[in-house]
Amino acid sequence: MAELTYREAIARGIAQEMRRDESVLFLGEDVGAAGGVFKGTVGLFEEFGPVRVRDTPISEQAILGAAMGAAMTGLRPIAEIMFADFFAVCWDIVANEIAKSRYMTNGQMSFPLVIRSGNGGGLRFGAQHSQSVENWAMMIPGLKVVVPSNPRDVVGLMAAAVRDDDPVIFLESKALYPTKGEVPEGEIVDALGTATVLRHGADATIATLGLMVPRALAAAEELAAGGIDCTVVDVRSLIPLDTQTILRETSATGRLFTVEENPRVLGWGAEVASIVAEEAFFDLDGPVVRITTPHIPLPAADTLEDMALPSVERIVTTIHKAMNS
Amino acid sequence: MTTTEASPVHDVDFKLELYRSQVALRRFETRAYDLFLENYVKGTSHLSIGQEAIAAGVAAAMRPDDWTFATYRGHAHTLARGVAMTPVFAELMGRANGLMAGKGGSMHLTSVEHGVMGSYAIIGAHLPIACGAAWSAQYRGTDQVAVVFFGDGTVNIGAFHEALNFAAIWKLPVVFICENNLYMEYTRTSEVTAVARPAADRAAAYGLEPILVDGNDADAVYEVARTAVERARAGMGPSLIEAETYRHGGHSRADPGKYRPDEEVALWKSAERDPVSRYRTRLVELGVDESTLARIEADVDAEVEAATEAAKAGAAPGEDLLMKDVWANGGAEWRN
Ligand SMILES: Cc1ncc(C[n+]2csc(CCOP(=O)(O)OP(=O)(O)O)c2C)c(N)n1
Ligand SMILES: [Mg+2]
Repeated sequence: MAELTYREAIARGIAQEMRRDESVLFLGEDVGAAGGVFKGTVGLFEEFGPVRVRDTPISEQAILGAAMGAAMTGLRPIAEIMFADFFAVCWDIVANEIAKSRYMTNGQMSFPLVIRSGNGGGLRFGAQHSQSVENWAMMIPGLKVVVPSNPRDVVGLMAAAVRDDDPVIFLESKALYPTKGEVPEGEIVDALGTATVLRHGADATIATLGLMVPRALAAAEELAAGGIDCTVVDVRSLIPLDTQTILRETSATGRLFTVEENPRVLGWGAEVASIVAEEAFFDLDGPVVRITTPHIPLPAADTLEDMALPSVERIVTTIHKAMNS
Repeated sequence: MTTTEASPVHDVDFKLELYRSQVALRRFETRAYDLFLENYVKGTSHLSIGQEAIAAGVAAAMRPDDWTFATYRGHAHTLARGVAMTPVFAELMGRANGLMAGKGGSMHLTSVEHGVMGSYAIIGAHLPIACGAAWSAQYRGTDQVAVVFFGDGTVNIGAFHEALNFAAIWKLPVVFICENNLYMEYTRTSEVTAVARPAADRAAAYGLEPILVDGNDADAVYEVARTAVERARAGMGPSLIEAETYRHGGHSRADPGKYRPDEEVALWKSAERDPVSRYRTRLVELGVDESTLARIEADVDAEVEAATEAAKAGAAPGEDLLMKDVWANGGAEWRN
């Protein structure tokens, strides 16, 4: 068992797949000798060379178009979009082309590709380099969406994403890059669409994702000290969505809280809340409560950003209040 | 670059085939228009009447395993690669025997087995996608070539410029073909474009030669396409071709195209400019019998007739198709 950072796990996961399969290529801006602006892909260029690890111009449509064209002709490209905010300049390729073309062609084409991107806030970068866009991707039929919360899951979900025959949007929480975790030796391959239960409690269930997972776990510890024992579900994969785990864990405690980095309106938790309302209503002992970023562009100043993103303190007080009213 | 083999364009049988192809595209499109007016074709349709020499001439220069990427105005480009008329008519009519069983419609014709790698309805999107296919051919060493068709209006969208630069720096085996029919939907492209030659005048910005061709002369189109495809196959990188042409009709559906001067339309429809009439005259001048040409035309008419009936006989797509093929496992499940 080695301790790796989340950023080292990215390179480890990609390398694991590139060693195994020659059809896996990697492209993006500054990803070659530079090793990525977040240093998430250090060592890949040295190991796999400039033909399989390719620097591109600042052309997000060309990057994703290249990935799509390569995937439809038999390769398994991994493309990097440096900051998830930049999806906005190439969203046509994602939402209109990659996502729809299998269906429109009556299954004639496959798009086994991965688009990985640095997602979300916490680094004081301001509104154009900090937003979390997993809900953008989630609402497009034809895209799979995963958001790992720890180094082990980065490797396992990357492998699952690369091996999947459908397009996968792989969103890395930027603020987690320096965080560490145990990663077992050897090949790790997860299954998409599997949530994990990180903590068991009897009183309430928290469903969360990415950067919010460590915050939810810390909040659960504090709440436990105050007598509220929480289950914490790391959703990991929004599409496919492991609703069975969420429903089961919600029914077991009778309460559900979602902790989401997305701005409030139509954040991923809205879909989860609606599923629970329809399918587990009679197991609920109180309303589903969503803890989200307010519906605002994310501010840059550290004090303001900290107010905006769900914090351990806000999770604790929100759950405490809801459980005692 | 010098071509070593003699060009097949000097061979009469080759020319007859090119004529047959253009007649087929013309008569298919003419029928498609009628079917639209009769409400068999619903939604929309964008015809290539007047532009047939480009699809036909380029297809003749391609290998069966090469790839084409077309636009919403892509019936001709799809048929020219050898796709049968029946599934294309049926797709236009939304039938289960359609090329994509009715799930794509007129703007998204695709037949992977013929190398028709999709028709795209978002302006410019398919240029970077064609680059990706070309990159794949380059990486796998298959010497396949990707050919991508687009209009004159498309040179002003960002994806065009991203794709041209990308293809140039990676020396990708891709041939960009701008069909300059002078108009976008209802606006003359020259009114909104900084240069006179929408594609050719941009070539230098990507280190490419400007290539202009008479897009209503199938032989000329074939020759430039052949050179460009050979260059790409030989690892010499991309080409950008501007083919001058004109659509006889409106942009889409039943658009009468009244935003264009009558004299201009008349000029381009004249026997001297119209690609199909012009090619016929050329064949007659080369000594081909009238009866040979008449037989080709009659054969095509019979094919159009039979395909129309076969397409009309197709069933409406059933509910089984609705939730199929969102994912590679064939289904549409997004949750357990
Ligand atoms: C991104 C985008 N913008 C606008 C449109 C609407 N549109 C469809 S066709 C067209 C005109 C395109 O002109 P041109 O590239 O010259 O092709 P042509 O139709 O003449 O073949 C426009 C504006 C679109 N489909 N996609
Ligand atoms: Mg045009």
